[in-house]
Amino acid sequence: MQGLRYIEDAVTLGYDAEKCTGCQICTIVCPHGVFAMGADKRATIVDRGACMECGACALNCAWGAISVKPGVGCAEAIIHSWIYGGEPTCGCSTPGAPASAGAGSSCCGGGPVLPRELTPQDGAASAGCGCGSAVGDDAEQAPGAA
Amino acid sequence: MLLAPTPPGVAPCLPTTLTWRDTLKRWSLRWGFARNDSIVPAGLYRIGSPTSISPVLATCNYRMTVDLVRGDLAGVDAWLLVLETYGVNVWCAAGKGTFSTDELVRRIYGVHLAEIVDHERIILPQLGAAGVAAQTVRELTGYRVIWGPIRSADLRAFLAAEQKASPRMRAITFTFAERMALAPIELVGAFRWIWTVLILVALAVLGASIGARAFVPEAALMALFPATLAYVLGAIVGGAVVPAALPWLPFRAFSAKSAVAGVLVAVAALLALPGMLGMMSPWAWAAVILGVTAFASYVGVNFTGCTPYTSPSGVERELRSAIPLQAAALALSLVFWTVAWATQIGG
Repeated sequence: MQGLRYIEDAVTLGYDAEKCTGCQICTIVCPHGVFAMGADKRATIVDRGACMECGACALNCAWGAISVKPGVGCAEAIIHSWIYGGEPTCGCSTPGAPASAGAGSSCCGGGPVLPRELTPQDGAASAGCGCGSAVGDDAEQAPGAA
Repeated sequence: MLLAPTPPGVAPCLPTTLTWRDTLKRWSLRWGFARNDSIVPAGLYRIGSPTSISPVLATCNYRMTVDLVRGDLAGVDAWLLVLETYGVNVWCAAGKGTFSTDELVRRIYGVHLAEIVDHERIILPQLGAAGVAAQTVRELTGYRVIWGPIRSADLRAFLAAEQKASPRMRAITFTFAERMALAPIELVGAFRWIWTVLILVALAVLGASIGARAFVPEAALMALFPATLAYVLGAIVGGAVVPAALPWLPFRAFSAKSAVAGVLVAVAALLALPGMLGMMSPWAWAAVILGVTAFASYVGVNFTGCTPYTSPSGVERELRSAIPLQAAALALSLVFWTVAWATQIGG
């Protein structure tokens, strides 16, 4: 991608070609083209250094052929975990986390933390087309909303 | 049951034309204003006039994302399933586990999707794959996850091409425009520590007083300009220069890239301000350069969280060496400041 490459030798990606069934899902979900289909109809790692450890391939490999220690490549999250412990996370908008935890976080839109029961219910807005109204404005008066 | 039943046909309609209000909202979010008011209620929405054979697309409930998606779907008839990600974008929410297999499965049942459409396909943004296991969704709901393009701008082309994404749609980019869209929020974040300028001003008073062997409150005024300059330079380098010049800065570690930019900008600024030459001693010069570099490096390394290509293992590795170096440079800078003020008054 435009010649942008990051520190490559720290990558935790592991792959066991023996378990590959050739479903190609890893070549589809990876946004960095780390995998490609080989001549033996199995996936091969063609650009290990481009891996950003998002975990999409491992999560979507139904055969358990891929392993990676997934996480967010975000300095703020990692520093946060050093200071406060726990897994690196930007802290914002994690259900149950204090709302202030993500204040000013750069990596994600810092939304408020709503308890589940307070969130508007599933699209149960007033019947009929809500075109023209601001997004979501009327959804909270949904019939049956808690 | 937690989720209210949704009879078919009552999903609210999302307009595909964006208004000036939406544009204003996007800009305010980019600059960090009212980010806590950026949530679209989760649930099923209509785009255009969808029928039981129209495609179903899923996305997060961050206001900016939903706005971009509906704008990019102009002219398309589709169902939009908005997942509860607490106002966080797809990519971050997938990493945090809110744009998840569980949430998708819950919503598919919650909105009674099976009563609304006659097919079992649901299109997800590719970057959501870090949080959603397609095979599990299929096991639990029967729905087949189709991995859509990374960018919503490609959705119409993707739908037109029988829901096949081209390699270009699957590859992530980080163009100049994409990087600069993220600069405002970085800049705003960098100015969080503006109070540190007061520390420098206090050091000036202390240093000057040591030099003069008497209390010199006037030193505060004298120090205010260079201290503010150093702070502003560091923030601008880390928050704007680094994102802009990312591909052209040497080294791969963001802390190193930012330090290089910090030194260059600090020296250039000092040379460009002729008044500073007579006003400041070599100690003060060194203090400004070191301070700007340390601060720029810290702000710049935080830009890793905005990029789509940094691995957590890599970030952790660079932080382990960068944080002590940044702290040392900052400490040395503070020592130089004190010496500068002490010699300026006393010497």
